[in-house]
Amino acid sequence: MDGDDNAVLTFCVIYPDLLGTYGDGGNAVVLVARARARGIEARIVDVTIGQEIPDASLYLLGGGEDGPQRLACDLLAEGGLADRVRDGAFVFAVCAGLQILGTSFSIEGDATYPGLALVDASTARGASRSVGDIATTVGDHTMVGFENHGGVTTLGGEVAAFGDVLVGRGNDGHVDGYRGARLWATYAHGPVLAQNPWLADEVLEEVSGEEITPWPSVADWLYAERCATISTRR
Amino acid sequence: MDSMNSRLAWRGWIAVGGVRLVNALSRRLGRGSGTVAGGRVGLLIDSSLLAKLSAGRRVVLVSGTNGKTTTSAMVRTGWGGDVAGNVTGANMPEGHVAALVASSSPRAVLETDEAWLAAVVKLTSPEVVVLLNLSRDQLDRANEVRQMAQRWRECLDSETFDGIVVANAVDPLVVFAAQTAERVRWVDVPTAWRGDAASCPHCTRAIVFDAGDWTCECGFAKPANVTATLTSVLEMDGRRYDLDLTLPGSFNNVNASLAVVALAELGVDAQESLGRMRALTTVQGRYGLRRFGDRTVRLLLAKNPAGTAALLESLVGPDEVWIAINAQVADGKDPSWLYDVPFDALVGRHVSCLGERRLDLATRLTYVNVSCDVVDDPHALREGTGEVTLVANYTAFREWMAMTTPC
Ligand SMILES: [Zn+2]
Repeated sequence: MDGDDNAVLTFCVIYPDLLGTYGDGGNAVVLVARARARGIEARIVDVTIGQEIPDASLYLLGGGEDGPQRLACDLLAEGGLADRVRDGAFVFAVCAGLQILGTSFSIEGDATYPGLALVDASTARGASRSVGDIATTVGDHTMVGFENHGGVTTLGGEVAAFGDVLVGRGNDGHVDGYRGARLWATYAHGPVLAQNPWLADEVLEEVSGEEITPWPSVADWLYAERCATISTRR
Repeated sequence: MDSMNSRLAWRGWIAVGGVRLVNALSRRLGRGSGTVAGGRVGLLIDSSLLAKLSAGRRVVLVSGTNGKTTTSAMVRTGWGGDVAGNVTGANMPEGHVAALVASSSPRAVLETDEAWLAAVVKLTSPEVVVLLNLSRDQLDRANEVRQMAQRWRECLDSETFDGIVVANAVDPLVVFAAQTAERVRWVDVPTAWRGDAASCPHCTRAIVFDAGDWTCECGFAKPANVTATLTSVLEMDGRRYDLDLTLPGSFNNVNASLAVVALAELGVDAQESLGRMRALTTVQGRYGLRRFGDRTVRLLLAKNPAGTAALLESLVGPDEVWIAINAQVADGKDPSWLYDVPFDALVGRHVSCLGERRLDLATRLTYVNVSCDVVDDPHALREGTGEVTLVANYTAFREWMAMTTPC
């Protein structure tokens, strides 16, 4: 998108029919609305099973149940998502999406499946599911959300975690997700960008390459209310 | 009562006494209707109580993610006469026990929680099981919709169940659950929602939807041998029936179609059952008009994406809409599902956002340009004029039932 003045940002929601169990498509809705509020043209493209993965500025991967997660991973491997990201596209992944981008994940019993290996991160099945509020420290910010997963993710030595866990489990009870060049991943599922407008703007700023001006909205109240509520759980 | 007593061994009889005692006590203490507490005590005293109370009765079970309360009311009303039922909505075994203690009718219609269907089928030996649909609901409590379909399938298998299944042929997960049953009556009904059945429950490949049909490469497909088809009318056995329900919403036409087919299997003429169903104007406070200060409020219950989408599609009437969203345990603690609801359908209307997650709702609506207010104190809405539609999820609905009075 660099240098193109008439650029339109394209947010591609990957397989909402497989990876959209928790309203994850909401992240694209949030990004488009916040881009347009700044006068940046933006659109959402859904790619469903059987369709080719289109060109996009940012790919969004959501959460999913075991069978659909494995199918999505196979299709993305065939469809060449990893190459598109290596070639310069951005990717924002939550929950199952986080696991798919890693080297391997365990689902459906103890069988291990290979991931897309964009990131050195492997996921094993944890002893229990984590269901509840999650809060992490990301730089100067607090990120809030809701997690619902049974994975324990181990990052390779070179991989930076996305946040430090304040409340909840994230990858392993200590850190949550991972962060790479053009890439964000977190266990906070669903429309995590709806609850964290600052994060939506950070993603937007990187993807558009433009400076993002503040845009006050009811989402800021929501963020403040969530932080206040979750902080009482520490 | 004599016929009931003879069906129960002495231990069951003591357990029934326990249910009645606890119900009377908890009513006196003001703890709701007490049915669940009573049923729980009864089951503690005699764990086979539900089986004993069901023995000798003609039982219909109704299950599914959306519409089970309304459809149960339709089957009960359409059957005519005295029919036992868990009319308070307590849809797990303790609620069933309480319902069957409260009525000695030889006929019972039991709304059944999806997760409890397998157990309740075994205990009550139903004549007919009605399967409406399966989609995501309160995901932080019931993790996987597909596992639910698998459990249904196991309990309805021809080797374990010899009753009749009346099933929605358009929902692949319902078809998966019902297809191994000995006797199935498929009902073809228009269904827009398919978000939870994109990947085949048999082989995980993609299910291809085309108009009202669907197929998978592995051969899994919408059943061809349907008993009844709903279009603008209901067609069954070569005859056409106008539904003309009083209850609003196209989803209620779907519910009624399954109810009519279930009752036909029980020997009730469709014209007669429909005539009785048309008298239904409200089901546990839903759809009916209630008073709130100077306002007249139509209360609608919407607790998950599929149900809410169906309500929004059939929303008519004034531009003003109130929506109340909570996130208690009974609602599911995570309101992410709001992003699976096509709220763009509300563009052009004005929404008052209520409930403990009103900020989540207002944020959601703002992102699709639906004009809205955040209302911290609902009593501020008591003044004003005219009718308004209130859409509320489970615990918010209960709060609004308590805050409003019948018209
Ligand atoms: Zn298949």
